[in-house]
Amino acid sequence: MMPEISLNILDVAENSVKAGAKLVELTVEADFADNKLTVIISDDGCGMTKEQVESVIDPFYTTRTTRKVGLGVPFFKLAAESSGGSFDIRSEKDKGTVVTATFMLDSIDRMPLGDMVSTVHTLVTMHENMDFVYRYRVDEREFTLDTREFREILGDVSFTEPDVSNYIRDYLRENTQEVTGSNNI
Amino acid sequence: MKSLEELKAIREKMQGAVNLRNEEGDAIRVVVGMATCGIASGARPVLTTLSDAVQEKKLSNVAVTQTGCIGLCQYEPIVEVFEPGKEKVTYVKMNPEKALEVVDRHLIRGQVVSEYTIGAVK
Repeated sequence: MMPEISLNILDVAENSVKAGAKLVELTVEADFADNKLTVIISDDGCGMTKEQVESVIDPFYTTRTTRKVGLGVPFFKLAAESSGGSFDIRSEKDKGTVVTATFMLDSIDRMPLGDMVSTVHTLVTMHENMDFVYRYRVDEREFTLDTREFREILGDVSFTEPDVSNYIRDYLRENTQEVTGSNNI
Repeated sequence: MKSLEELKAIREKMQGAVNLRNEEGDAIRVVVGMATCGIASGARPVLTTLSDAVQEKKLSNVAVTQTGCIGLCQYEPIVEVFEPGKEKVTYVKMNPEKALEVVDRHLIRGQVVSEYTIGAVK
């Protein structure tokens, strides 16, 4: 098991990288009135067949064709379900995959969301040939990071340049703090 | 909220700056295992520490990248160092503190930190 939800997100988002996605959209929404934390990872990668989708949620189905997925998806599913939430994976061959995990916010068995700043910063700076959109919402406050916006401004300047990399981390950190407020997520 | 204006200023500052990385090429490759096994055992802060340190110390001949499962899950987090003309060095059970030592001793001074290599634990 992963110690925090943000590590599950990093792990499952790596599957989108391996699926050859050009755009990965990550959404994290905490809704206190509804007592729900929803995580959506959506990509436009190579997708999976119906049979593959069924097998990736089974940790003991480990043939070579699904080895790339391994325990990542079962861990994420287990984390969501042990908090009383739910898990769903939908995929279409050549179209992409959408993974949705819902957690009950007040469950004692829900892991903390953890360091989403590091997860998103790692994904964005380590995969410069792809685009990411990260939406983070807590009740009515939200912010979005869109690498396409960064790229438009930066042109050919790399995300790994120290000034740019630090800017991206600060952008994530400051906006995350502002959106989270005093909530415990 | 942090604005995109700040990013524009960074872009302007960097325009015309010589990109040393492209000219020198990346002589040393540092690879962190970032599959489920690596991430679960703490590879994310190791990767962040390495890429930050390499940037801060301006080691323009070093490229930090990530890979999938290396096949030695019980030794994760694993960091591999590839240097042209030398044998690959595999560091195991890494953490951010050990990673900084590898930057100072191996990447900068060229001495393998043998106590953290797989040979030392096997």
